[in-house]
Amino acid sequence: MCQVDEEYHDQLERTDVPSASQKCVKCKEVSAAVVIRAGDAYCRGCFKEYFIHKFRAMLGKNRIIFPGEKVLLAVSGGPSSCSMLSQVQEGLSQKAHKKLRFFPGIVYIDEGGAVGQPTEERQRTVSELEMVFKATGFPFHIVPLEQVLDLPGSVVVTALPPSQQPPSAYKAAVDRFNQICGSDCLAPPEQQQKKSPPDVHESHTQLLQQLIGSAKTLTAREDLLNTLRQHLLVHTARTEGYSKLMLGDSCTRLAIKLLTSISLGRGAQLAQDTGFSDSRYGDIISVRPMRDYSAKEIAHYNRMFNVPSVVIPSLETKTSEKASIQRLTESFVTKLQTDFPSTVSTIYRTSEKLQTACRSSSTDDHSDRCLLCLCVLDTAVEKASAFQATLISEQLSQTLSLGSGSPRQNSGPVKPTSAASAVQCCSLSGGEDCGRATSGGSCCSSAKETIDLKSLLCYSCQLTIRDMSSVDHLPQYIMSEAKRRQRRSQMRDEISEFLLNDGDEGND
Amino acid sequence: MPAQCSSCTEKRAVLKRPKTGHSLCKECFFWAFEEEVHQTIVAAELFKSGESVGIAASGGKDSTVLAHVMKLLNERYNYGLELMLISVDEGITGYRDDSLETVKRNQQQYELPLKIVSYEELYGWTMDAIVKQVGLKNNCTFCGVFRRQALDRGAVMLKVDKICTGHNADDVAETVLMNVLRGDIARLRRCTAISTSSEGEGVVPRCKPLKYAYEKEIVLYAYFKKLDYFSTECIYSPNAYRGYARTFLKDLESIRPSTIIDIIHSGENLSVREGVKMPVQGTCSRCGYISSQALCKSCVLLEGLNRGLPKLGIGKHHRLHDKILSQQPLTDKEERKLKPVDF
Repeated sequence: MCQVDEEYHDQLERTDVPSASQKCVKCKEVSAAVVIRAGDAYCRGCFKEYFIHKFRAMLGKNRIIFPGEKVLLAVSGGPSSCSMLSQVQEGLSQKAHKKLRFFPGIVYIDEGGAVGQPTEERQRTVSELEMVFKATGFPFHIVPLEQVLDLPGSVVVTALPPSQQPPSAYKAAVDRFNQICGSDCLAPPEQQQKKSPPDVHESHTQLLQQLIGSAKTLTAREDLLNTLRQHLLVHTARTEGYSKLMLGDSCTRLAIKLLTSISLGRGAQLAQDTGFSDSRYGDIISVRPMRDYSAKEIAHYNRMFNVPSVVIPSLETKTSEKASIQRLTESFVTKLQTDFPSTVSTIYRTSEKLQTACRSSSTDDHSDRCLLCLCVLDTAVEKASAFQATLISEQLSQTLSLGSGSPRQNSGPVKPTSAASAVQCCSLSGGEDCGRATSGGSCCSSAKETIDLKSLLCYSCQLTIRDMSSVDHLPQYIMSEAKRRQRRSQMRDEISEFLLNDGDEGND
Repeated sequence: MPAQCSSCTEKRAVLKRPKTGHSLCKECFFWAFEEEVHQTIVAAELFKSGESVGIAASGGKDSTVLAHVMKLLNERYNYGLELMLISVDEGITGYRDDSLETVKRNQQQYELPLKIVSYEELYGWTMDAIVKQVGLKNNCTFCGVFRRQALDRGAVMLKVDKICTGHNADDVAETVLMNVLRGDIARLRRCTAISTSSEGEGVVPRCKPLKYAYEKEIVLYAYFKKLDYFSTECIYSPNAYRGYARTFLKDLESIRPSTIIDIIHSGENLSVREGVKMPVQGTCSRCGYISSQALCKSCVLLEGLNRGLPKLGIGKHHRLHDKILSQQPLTDKEERKLKPVDF
């Protein structure tokens, strides 16, 4: 009843409520152990088969991971990513039906500093996870989030992607791999020595907390944390030589993420945020193999087959429902799911039908991409768009800057100047409006070189920055990249009449 | 310490704009609100000079404010439009008959011609009778589908070139959310468009001049301008699925007020993968109205009502459309599926 094209069968007949006392619907012999959806009761064996098969099918259908590649698994300690870890283990074990053919590594980002966890707790969590990782035998890296303050500027620059491979290359690569390695070559290229996690300086933790604290709303804080985490993951993958990144987002989590992204204004980037593969970084491709599993299935599997996971508090633990947009969406989707059980799968299927609105596929010109999230900018002021409407509203609600004349006599179309004019007008009126105006926060605090961050960001990252009381706490690599891009665009403006461009760059 | 208006900085501010958070005095707010609607109309090129425009008036706050602002802007900026009011009577006692009184008052206040079309005369069914047959769920489908056609028929009777409706930013954002929740990709792509296409027989293009105006600002405008409107909810609305999306949107707005426009921005920038099946626009073989199937939705719904099979329009029954067209009787099994649910 909540889907548009749903078959509306006779509802009031008493259907047999599947219970665990029934027989498994697949093998029909053993009694069922778990009920996943309304009509599906599985026994242990069939459930395990079904679960494992889904993982393989997801990887096999999207032929993105080539044999012999090094893949970094991003494990947060939660049930989905630990389940993903155990699936990879299963897939690589000797007795697997068709072994997976890549070399995995594990990374865990310790965010205790941002959340405000005391050091002993952090160390305890880390040692618990270390035990789990050591048991898998894969090389692992434990990275504290404080390292994000020391990242190089290349993180926020889209690298050139590897040469495009034709579809037939996958099959050829598989055949080659089988010839070379046979079935018993799975030792990773270098053995990983036991690396103790780097010590975290107290001062770094404080800087990090200042940075997170400078975002006034929980929504902005979570968004910022997400961005920093992504940057750190990509950096780790690059430095340790991995070419793919595996994220453990489940179907439920992705449905929530889809709705949250829409509410945050990330409509143009939905396909990359929630799709199977995400290639915004160029050389590192993120994949989400767990996107077909609902949270319920993962929980059942973890319990039945003893997959270890660790509970780690995050920014939104124990907060009220309306504390942030992410938290509100989560409670909305889970509540709706209880009344309408097909909600999550419907939203998931919607996300499958989306694609990236790509206007310019060239990755050389970096000014086309957002500084923080590295997606293509969606802030071209088109005629009659929501973005233009917001700019007009901002202008109309404040004293207009010099040069536009008295607002009431101006009856022609108001040309919305870029957001930079809002910055100007605040400094013109002596900063007294800054406390009230939502866009004024950043401009007055930065002194000489006013970095117009807003023009380098996509719509939703602009909203996050707007919620920050000051951008001074942003890590060095972001600010230096921002300055570099600004200098470059100034250069381009100077020589624009001499450049021979074939086509609009989309950034005026 | 009274706050100064942030626009004229002379008068004392009397309200805080929900959209941007600025404090404004009454006149500056009126001017900002009207100017934004004007900018929307001009940027989207909604009207051409000399056209006759039908304002869909229900007597509620959106259409009252829309009528007022359209008349005002038409005079102030010389759009050169001929304005008229169109109202639809669904036949809901206690709700629609009261709001129609408001519309008649509006007609006198703004001196605009008025045309009222009713479900009774167009289809032979009032909403009360429909709800008696259908039950309390799914009746919004009937009302919405019938109303769309009724508006078009009223517009054709009045010979207007365009219709404008009072859909505000909250409505559009709610629709985006609802389409995502229901997986309706086709509607998701179209719902943020400010005006509909103008091809097809008997179809009058319609637009939403208030698309970027927040509902709260519309209420503020009506309050300070002392506009009179009818403010009760439809008595059948509490069971609608849209209610979930609306509560969610209201909660989002309380966390971050710009969310409403952010959702519209997301909706405008969505892009659908190629290869996804989309419905193709054709015409209904019975009444000639535009339709993506052989029979248009209102013909299907009407057929169901007249035959005592109210679930005929709810759900996917394309194979039955041919049977209905050729007046064949349906088999028992099919009939059972379509009968109303007994409580």
